[in-house]
Amino acid sequence: MTDTAIRTSRPDVQELDRLVVRFAGDSGDGMQLTGDRFSNASAVMGNDLATMPDFPAEIRAPAGTLHGVSAFQVQVSSEDISTPGDAPNVLVAMNPAALRSELHRLEVGGTIIINSDSFNERNLDKAGYEANPLEDGTLDRYTAYRVPMTSLTKEVCKDLGVKPRDAERSKNFFALGVVSWMFGRPTAPTLEWINVKFGRRPKVVAANTAAFNAGHAFGETTEMFHSTYRVPAAKLPPGTYTSVNGNTALAWGLLAASQQAKLPLFLASYPITPASDILHELSGRKNFGVRTFQAEDEIAAVCSAVGASFGGHIGVTTTSGPGVALKSEAIGLALSLEVPLVVIDIQRGGPSTGLPTKTEASDLNLALYGRHGEAPLPVVASYSPTQCFFAAIEAVRIALKYRTPVVLLSDGYLGNGSEPWRIPRSEDLPDISVEFATAESLLNGSGDSSVRPYRRDPETLARPWIVPGTPGLMHRIGGLEKEDGTGNISYDPDNHELMTRLRAEKVERVAKDIPPTMLDSDGLADLLMLTWGSTWGAVTSAVKRVRAAGGKVDHAHLTHLNPLPIDLEPILRSYAKVYLPEMNMGQLAMLLRGRFLIDVHSVSKVQGVPFTAGEIADLINGALND
Amino acid sequence: MTDVSVPQTTRADWTSDQEPRWCPGCGDYSVLSAMQLLMPTLGVRRENTVFISGIGCAARFPYYMNTYGMHGIHGRAPALATGLAVSRPDLDVWVIGGDGDMLSIGGNHLLHALRRNVKLKILLFNNQIYGLTKGQLSPTSEVGKVTKSTPMGSVDEPFNPVSVALGAEATFVARTHDMDRGHMQEMFRRAWEHDGAAFVEIYQNCNVFNDGAFAAITKKDKRKSMLIDLEHGMPIRFGDNNERGVMMGADGQLRIVDVDDVGVGNIIVHDERADTPTLAFALSRLAAGPFLPTPVGVYRAVESPEYAEQVSRQIAFSQEISGPGDLDALLRSRTLWEVS
Ligand code: SF4
Repeated sequence: MTDTAIRTSRPDVQELDRLVVRFAGDSGDGMQLTGDRFSNASAVMGNDLATMPDFPAEIRAPAGTLHGVSAFQVQVSSEDISTPGDAPNVLVAMNPAALRSELHRLEVGGTIIINSDSFNERNLDKAGYEANPLEDGTLDRYTAYRVPMTSLTKEVCKDLGVKPRDAERSKNFFALGVVSWMFGRPTAPTLEWINVKFGRRPKVVAANTAAFNAGHAFGETTEMFHSTYRVPAAKLPPGTYTSVNGNTALAWGLLAASQQAKLPLFLASYPITPASDILHELSGRKNFGVRTFQAEDEIAAVCSAVGASFGGHIGVTTTSGPGVALKSEAIGLALSLEVPLVVIDIQRGGPSTGLPTKTEASDLNLALYGRHGEAPLPVVASYSPTQCFFAAIEAVRIALKYRTPVVLLSDGYLGNGSEPWRIPRSEDLPDISVEFATAESLLNGSGDSSVRPYRRDPETLARPWIVPGTPGLMHRIGGLEKEDGTGNISYDPDNHELMTRLRAEKVERVAKDIPPTMLDSDGLADLLMLTWGSTWGAVTSAVKRVRAAGGKVDHAHLTHLNPLPIDLEPILRSYAKVYLPEMNMGQLAMLLRGRFLIDVHSVSKVQGVPFTAGEIADLINGALND
Repeated sequence: MTDVSVPQTTRADWTSDQEPRWCPGCGDYSVLSAMQLLMPTLGVRRENTVFISGIGCAARFPYYMNTYGMHGIHGRAPALATGLAVSRPDLDVWVIGGDGDMLSIGGNHLLHALRRNVKLKILLFNNQIYGLTKGQLSPTSEVGKVTKSTPMGSVDEPFNPVSVALGAEATFVARTHDMDRGHMQEMFRRAWEHDGAAFVEIYQNCNVFNDGAFAAITKKDKRKSMLIDLEHGMPIRFGDNNERGVMMGADGQLRIVDVDDVGVGNIIVHDERADTPTLAFALSRLAAGPFLPTPVGVYRAVESPEYAEQVSRQIAFSQEISGPGDLDALLRSRTLWEVS
């Protein structure tokens, strides 16, 4: 029952190190936005945080059904954290379906804030509840608050001239108001944001503001809630911070790369979940000189990027696994032409259409081997949302310097997840500029006036980048095998073997030009946790937890999957046990076992959701006691 | 526009050091000569000219032009070329491909390059057969065609490339054939002058796998009676003595008639700049195949905003209203907070 008595005593305030809140509701309930606003207010307070949106593949799944549930999880902390948390402490459930699909995640004894208005027969039925869970004891193990959010929201909107139907749509702001009060989040950032976001629609501003304030006041004035909580600011390195998700950071990284290379960016993409946001972000940044091209298909996207690279731009294409599969032949062309190209794969569950909105890291083999013929190329992987910025610069750097396609792997979890970011200054970013060939630079001193488009740099083995428009260097290149040096078509057996080896050697030489393995070691452990990609987050948290309890474990992380850092093999050999958790069936583990004959222990998870720190901590403890 | 500062060149300057490798007698040779001879007359620089091709016999073309060139992958030449043309509007980009390359495996890219109106000069070498893979059915082969892959005759309805291009919103569509260098050069020149996607179908003889596919209309003694020369603003007439013409019947269909029977006033006047492609499309359907009187020349040439130019304009406009991109400002464009 709703308790709306007016408060006469102050609730007690409890201090927490960390807090995990999960907002869940119908797809149309605005849960992503609500979660995002809560995160933002927490960031402004100085908490460290990590978020994980979890939404259905359908755009408008039937209202009230289980598969229409959209959720957003955030962990806010007074410490440096690297995951959106394991079991939520608080669940906001806007309807019966949300309660039913999310309740199992909540920690026992956790808090549930429920929109009780939505628990009518129809909605209960749609969620598959035979009895009302608010009344049958289902919630006995939790602290449940039943708040009539819909009716209270309609009530405060009544005098604003907002139609009841429209008013109902503001109920997520009521929920946000309640939660903001409960966890002592500042209200100003949210109110400001409402004004900016909906400024052109004054009635929407009024309704959302009223709902948010009413929710906040509801917490403050009713005696329903026994306690409120505070999560103090984290001790983060000083600086100016903002909050971005991985896809935005990646898009900005491409702009940064363009600036640092002093070359225009050409981004060609075909819409695909979960990568489209990069195209959206960059298409709104035309003042950076970026040309964005929504191609007719994935193949046209990669081909036009190759065409742009041939013309001296930074050709980039963004996609997800199914798109990489389609681009395979054209990536091989770029590899054979030896022109720069960056292919960005925001991985999702596969095969085929698979799980478009769920995360996985199962395209590593595709990135490494997914082409016909001997076609090695450099592969870079991001490991946190904000690292996507630097990974993009690194991928472009390698592509430009070595005139090669590079695959950059991110995933849906990183792409949609956000975290605070200490903003770098562009003057601290690396200079990644390269030179185009000119008649003087290419022909000089050779005493030979014939253009040799495959005359390689002796150190990097990169061929010259000769762009059309350069006088005196007209030449023709293609996907047929070429003679080294001249680039003329050649079917010569020895030349083909030479070119195959040169292309491989060129990629291998990148190893001398990349940072060493990221190693977190206290020098005493026998167990090494090895990671690549977004698994870094859960393992980082888990390693901290295990160490805090006295366990000895080290953590090594790979940002480059091809070539591998030179120090990796000796590192792996120096541990008695190496565990490698991957969101696939052991793709990197297989490679390392084959390459180094080291008994890397593979741990797989392919459920469309990332590893939790708890799972990894259990794994580590198991391995230590083994 | 002819640039007077461009040095005079000759055919030799436009000829690369690579020996063409087509079969002796292939129609591709005459297209190549037409192009190499045309180039010095256009007043363009070799370094600003790029030929991009897919895969097939015709796709070897770029290797023989002393310009920049890319021999791409099967079907993708229009997409490769779009990337280049959009990023480098200063270049002249020619796209070369055959009927299989551009209408089968790469059909999608052709359609979209045309409808976007990217400034590309697209030459489709139509020989109605797969040559490089040694003689299979192509998407322009006639119904009933016996080939290695259709021993009982094909049951596939062919494409009419001019109809396809017009249907894809092309702003410049022409047809020519490999037996008439002057006509080819005139069509290539018109394509080069067009500010947008220019599509030229070339009836090209594959003397090895489909010899004489166009002979009924392109042989010297047949041309006057079988090729209908389209000329803007002129009544559409042909025949040894110009005695035949094209008329629109009461049912709206185009018909070939004797001029004397209907009077010259009833012969339709060609309008390549018509607002709608209706008449051009009707003309493209006049002949069921290259064995009946067939229109050649420019079917359609209309002005429409060019793609790369609009892309560049949006960039300029966005820089005008927001100022040139400032990375540091962008990174600080969202909610900020200080940690001290
Ligand atoms: S197969 Fe036909 S099209 Fe190809 S080169 Fe020979 S004659 Fe020409």
